[in-house]
Amino acid sequence: MKFILMRAAITCLCLSWAWCLSVVTAMAAPDAQASTTWIKLTTKQYQQSIRDIFGSSIVVTGRFEPDHRDQGLLAVGASRAGVSDAGLEMYDGLARNISGQIVSERNRTTLIPCSPKKTNVSDDACAKRVIADAGRLLFRRALTKDEVQLQVDIARNVTKATGDFYDGLAAALSNLLISPDFLFRFQRLEADRSHPGKYRLDGYSKAANLSFFLWNSTPDDQLLAAAERGELHTAAGLQRQVDRLLSSPNLETGVRAFFLDMLGFDKFETLSKDANFFPRFTVKVKEEAQEQTLRTIVDHLLVRQGDYRELLTTPQTFLTASLAALYGLPLADLTDNGQPDRWYPYRYADDDPRVGLLAQASFVALHSPSGRTSPTDRGKALREVLLCQTVPPPPANVEFQSLEDISNPKFKTTRDRLTAHRSDAVCAGCHRITDPIGLALENFDSSGGFRTTENGAAIDTSGDIRGKKFDKPRELYTVLSTEPSLTSCVAKRAYGFGTGRMPPEKDEHWAAILERFKSSNYNMVALLEAIATSDLFYSPPEKLLQAAASKE
Amino acid sequence: MNKFKLTRRGVLRGMMAGGACTVGLPLLDCLLDGNGLAYADGSPIPPRLVTWFWGLGIGEGAWIPKTSGKDYELPRQFKMLQPLKHKFNLFSGGQVFLEGGSNTTHFTGVQGLMTGKVSSAASDYTRSLDTIIGDHISGSTRFRSIEIACDGNPTACWSARETGRQPAEVSPVALYARLFGAEFKDPNAAEFTPDPAIVMRRSVLSAVSEQRLRIMKSVPADDKARLDSYFTSLRALEQRLEIQMKKPEPLEACTVPSAPQGDEAEPSTLAVDAMARHELFGELVAHALACGQTRVVNMCITQGMSGLRREGDPTSHHTYTHEEPIDPQLGYQVNCAWFQDLYLNALLQFATKLDSIKEGDQTLLDRIVLFAYTDHGAPRLHSVLDYPVLIFGNGGGRFKTGLHIAGRGDPVTRVGFTLQQAMGVPAGDWGSGANRVTAPYLEAMV
Repeated sequence: MKFILMRAAITCLCLSWAWCLSVVTAMAAPDAQASTTWIKLTTKQYQQSIRDIFGSSIVVTGRFEPDHRDQGLLAVGASRAGVSDAGLEMYDGLARNISGQIVSERNRTTLIPCSPKKTNVSDDACAKRVIADAGRLLFRRALTKDEVQLQVDIARNVTKATGDFYDGLAAALSNLLISPDFLFRFQRLEADRSHPGKYRLDGYSKAANLSFFLWNSTPDDQLLAAAERGELHTAAGLQRQVDRLLSSPNLETGVRAFFLDMLGFDKFETLSKDANFFPRFTVKVKEEAQEQTLRTIVDHLLVRQGDYRELLTTPQTFLTASLAALYGLPLADLTDNGQPDRWYPYRYADDDPRVGLLAQASFVALHSPSGRTSPTDRGKALREVLLCQTVPPPPANVEFQSLEDISNPKFKTTRDRLTAHRSDAVCAGCHRITDPIGLALENFDSSGGFRTTENGAAIDTSGDIRGKKFDKPRELYTVLSTEPSLTSCVAKRAYGFGTGRMPPEKDEHWAAILERFKSSNYNMVALLEAIATSDLFYSPPEKLLQAAASKE
Repeated sequence: MNKFKLTRRGVLRGMMAGGACTVGLPLLDCLLDGNGLAYADGSPIPPRLVTWFWGLGIGEGAWIPKTSGKDYELPRQFKMLQPLKHKFNLFSGGQVFLEGGSNTTHFTGVQGLMTGKVSSAASDYTRSLDTIIGDHISGSTRFRSIEIACDGNPTACWSARETGRQPAEVSPVALYARLFGAEFKDPNAAEFTPDPAIVMRRSVLSAVSEQRLRIMKSVPADDKARLDSYFTSLRALEQRLEIQMKKPEPLEACTVPSAPQGDEAEPSTLAVDAMARHELFGELVAHALACGQTRVVNMCITQGMSGLRREGDPTSHHTYTHEEPIDPQLGYQVNCAWFQDLYLNALLQFATKLDSIKEGDQTLLDRIVLFAYTDHGAPRLHSVLDYPVLIFGNGGGRFKTGLHIAGRGDPVTRVGFTLQQAMGVPAGDWGSGANRVTAPYLEAMV
């Protein structure tokens, strides 16, 4: 792909950092013959991009088409997702709402870097500046001259019809926001000059992949500029940008987004508990349960630079008064009446069964039916979410011959009922995989509250995984933290989060990434850096290379 | 001698003189041709389709009627539908062939039933029955289809295209705003003024759609369908705006419902909440169909793995299907039967609502097709055998009704294929592998 770039320095007037840019206008359109594929922005990426481009005064309100999960990640599902009628209708509504907010009287003085000579007539120069600036960040590449002119024409025509410059500008911005160039991250191939006959992702595609991987957001001006200078094709230039992104506060946004995706927190949107049984599991607690886990992760992995495996055993967490009440923990709340819940650091005793992520409501409540626990669901979730294992579906037309009577006083606990169920040989195979893990978490009820008995009977949390025995939840966490698939799983998911596809496991570059993760004592930042600087991360999808080869 | 001579023009003039507010009048015979299948100007009444999904089958025990044809006796499980027995067909005995694959419960079976193919990959979609028919009949309506989930889960519905499932509306308030909010143009309103903002939006959007050729040119073949879904949806949005720029044809059966209040559509696992939403949605759907806003609606009570519960009971319907023993006296799972009755009662209420709206000499229910289906046969087994399917309405003269049609081991896709044929979809077969069918149930077709 050939770009001839023309740069013009623009004095920055706006206050939003992202808009403080120089305008870069490409003379030619991206080569239409070059092969491209694309990844749809996830809901979180859309929201974060708008926040980073236009600032926090713009509120993204409205529904999104639900993201689709594939191979454990919404980010991978996004590489296979299309847009339905209802989804596009939502994007249209969002685009009009956002552009309306940008040009509103409240925001225009800070977000629009120029003023029209008169507000009731068009001002092509001002419109062009706004469109080129915003478009570059939204499209993650410089707009072509034709693209800018098209939107300037729209702004002018709408202004003419309504007699308001800002109506015209809003129409053009709205058009940018609903464009496929914003909604989809295009992965474009270009000839690799340093390896004649080969192809590589172009600089803009690399910049977007890197930025969405580490920040879950659109590339900033510096990253786009580095892409335009060709620096992302050199090891030193790439390392500079990776270092910059890793040391930015925005890394926390990226890490939160990654774990939010990996841990399946989108399922909270449809999670509901019976208030009669779990009055403390309120809508607010549902939000705070997710936040507790994300705070624990950020604190352990980024602030303390801790070992990833220790997330399962860390005694350190954060609580609000509402969460403390759910867990039955003493917490002196200093929050004033009417103020949002305050977060407090909290440290469990080292042998407390509630240490680590698995005991948090974000796991035990998320993977439970609304009225009672399901060790099978929890065991399945743990294996699939944290160990990247696949639990086979039940066989077709399975006969539940040993159905147990839940009102039978003989079966007081869930373990009793599942034991009876496992007497069916057909069912036993899968339940042996899921249930020991889930049964060890039976001290946590469906909402995450702690308990030691069920229907008056003591809960037995013992079990074993591949011969490694445990008697209580704390011992389960220790056994799990030694599972090799725990660390390889998070590495795979991180790669998938950044690329929209899972890594080739027998690839030498992948082996090198895993080795760097291991040698760092499973430091998450080291893993992110290893992936972000690896050639593998920027290797074009195979189908793109095939498409390019077929054109030759 | 009658003082008044009733003419189509006279009726319309009279309505317009009555002001802009809508009135609920039947689609009068004088507006239709002699047999009620076409408007007086000769244009046919368009077919309309509503799919209605409930989770977890219909219950253990013999539910298949002993005889087929017209004079069959409804089994216990369907007895409550007796008042409308003459207005639906009950299909039994259909199955989904797994073709050596595994039964991903709540997915594979309904995937086979709705798309004609089975695949254990949860990301492997093709057009479902409703979208195949919808693409054929949706025409110039504001919405190609409307999807609705009553349990607060926007991914609960099984309407699919190649790129995935269609997201469902979960809030009656939000659905009302989409259907009857500011952009709704009352077909019976006296005045019509095109909204300049709509005209402008339509014009502005064309700048996006014109990018299609540039972008599509460089996309690998297996990505084209995904990107095309964007541009197809964009085209649908443009068409909607175009429709809003024109005066709609009067529709006498159209009345504007009052706005539902207060439902924030929080997810709920209480059956009573889902039923309350179903009632609100049902009302809106009936009006949307009568007002020509769409010709395809997909409703679902819950996702297949129904998490609905009775108030005060911690056990969900789905859990009951696995854990509840069969009552030795009654021969079925009592709690599961409670949920099934609840769902079928909701279906009855909905169908009765549609049947209360007159369109000419028939009712709205008669003129549409209401296709009710589920994800499994026997719920305790989560089986893919003996699927119960109900088709209400005659689709404006396209179906015979009042029949029990016994499949006796046929691929259940034969029901869907029959529906396609009746709705005029030009296809000689449907489905793949063992689920492919070429023969509709002719006894159900006119």
